[in-house]
Amino acid sequence: MAEILALRDAVKRFVNDGDTVALEGFTHLIPTAAGHEIIRQGKKDLTLVRMTPDLIYDQLIGAGCARKLIFSWGGNPGVGSLHRLRDAVEKHWPQPLEIEEHSHADLANAYVAGASGLPFAVLRAYAGSDLPKVNPLIKTVTCPFTGEVLAAVPSVRPDVSVIHAQKADRKGNVLLWGILGVQKEAALAAKRCIVTVEEIVDDLNAPMNSCVLPTWALTAVCHVPGGAHPSYAHGYNQRDNRFYQAWDPIARDRGTFTAWIDEYIHGTADFSEFQAKLAAAQEAK
Amino acid sequence: MAYSTNEMMTVAAARRLKNDSVCFVGIGLPSKAANLARLTSSPDVVLIYESGPIGAKPSVLPLSIGDGELAETADTVVPTGEIFRYWLQGGRIDVGFLGAAQVDRFGNINTTVVGDYHQPKVRLPGAGGAPEIAGSAKSVLIILKQSARSFVDKLDFITSVGHGEGGDSRKRLGLPGAGPVGIITDLCIMEPEEGSHEFVVTALHPGVTREQVVAATGWAIRFADQVSTTAEPTAVELTALRDLEARTAAAHGQAPGEA
Repeated sequence: MAEILALRDAVKRFVNDGDTVALEGFTHLIPTAAGHEIIRQGKKDLTLVRMTPDLIYDQLIGAGCARKLIFSWGGNPGVGSLHRLRDAVEKHWPQPLEIEEHSHADLANAYVAGASGLPFAVLRAYAGSDLPKVNPLIKTVTCPFTGEVLAAVPSVRPDVSVIHAQKADRKGNVLLWGILGVQKEAALAAKRCIVTVEEIVDDLNAPMNSCVLPTWALTAVCHVPGGAHPSYAHGYNQRDNRFYQAWDPIARDRGTFTAWIDEYIHGTADFSEFQAKLAAAQEAK
Repeated sequence: MAYSTNEMMTVAAARRLKNDSVCFVGIGLPSKAANLARLTSSPDVVLIYESGPIGAKPSVLPLSIGDGELAETADTVVPTGEIFRYWLQGGRIDVGFLGAAQVDRFGNINTTVVGDYHQPKVRLPGAGGAPEIAGSAKSVLIILKQSARSFVDKLDFITSVGHGEGGDSRKRLGLPGAGPVGIITDLCIMEPEEGSHEFVVTALHPGVTREQVVAATGWAIRFADQVSTTAEPTAVELTALRDLEARTAAAHGQAPGEA
């Protein structure tokens, strides 16, 4: 059974230094609030996994929480580069960042394999690509039935996965909808799973065949309305496109980035205080 | 109607997308051209985005691959793993529509690094869905602006394979799809030459000279025996494109990203 906890307590208890952590979300339902709390608590030496690292991973990397990144596309969607990721890879600031690079099809299959309790995933991929030359974990396997040579990649099995969803009930059953990405697979592939939700209700009223994660498959559920900002939760809030643009100049420079982290993350007690501070700053503009 | 070279590029790319085809759409320029096709010549084209929407019919262009508009207008939204496993690898995609940071003469794509992989001059976003789209879609279209920096003699990194080293490379690699069948730029259209599979110019956009194309290509670009002139954008095409961009700007407060 999942415990219903404050996000601060969930991160304190279930995210450890050195863990492999997947904060998943495919543009939609990105668990930003949980990422902020990981920075606030100064977690370090994390191996971060995500198909599409964007702003929250830029923040975690720039704040020095990460030792390694496993990913398949790293950018600021619709805007450009992740400057903190690039600085870490190109100039080793604030510390060297090991990267393990895959394609989307590979990581999506690797999460499915992880959730399925398998050691590796098999897919038709990478023929002619240079990625296997720089990632020794991308190997091949020969089909015992047809002789076809296919790609084999290790499954993703995080110590902890973190996702954001629309609703939980009071027992901790979770309902999510819209663009689902690989969140269900990430939740089920991990040893522990923290879910932040927009609201906690008496009854999920989930239609048959909905994407429901049962409470007994989760570790902690935390009520964090708006916790995916600047991403969105379908049916609750809109993507804050302007924040994605505003992030570019903040992240471009080490000094402005560090000042932003100090003021907005270390300078706030939790996500609701962060939201209030951000709203006040936007209003002042 | 007067038009820009970027508009010519988008219109020329949109015309390549046949009605009823199933298209796996990259974000940015491919998404713009694919939606223009849907709004003009190919109303029944099926647009699939890697985040999960199948049959998306957005009225404004998405800024990200996972905009809510794509989910709301889709026939169905499936998990990302399913997109890659059942729909792409399962052999259900007619056209993969890709952008690129760099291409070479065989339509191989680099979206990973400029310079050495381990000490990059420029770290690009990476592969995303492109390597398997390039491998498994029945055919591939590539759209990008042409310059000597983006059309290079030798790629520093092959993220997604086109025709490999040319000739029968794809067959030897065992790739199921036919690979890239067209590169559409703001200057011209290139298609693979029979046999060598090297991309040669088959159409110049109106007013573009061969010298301009040569200057904007990092390899010794060749021209097909017959080089046609691309038909100018029609008023219908231009109006549809400009309306789409205006709706997009009004909805997002910004132009759609090309990233």
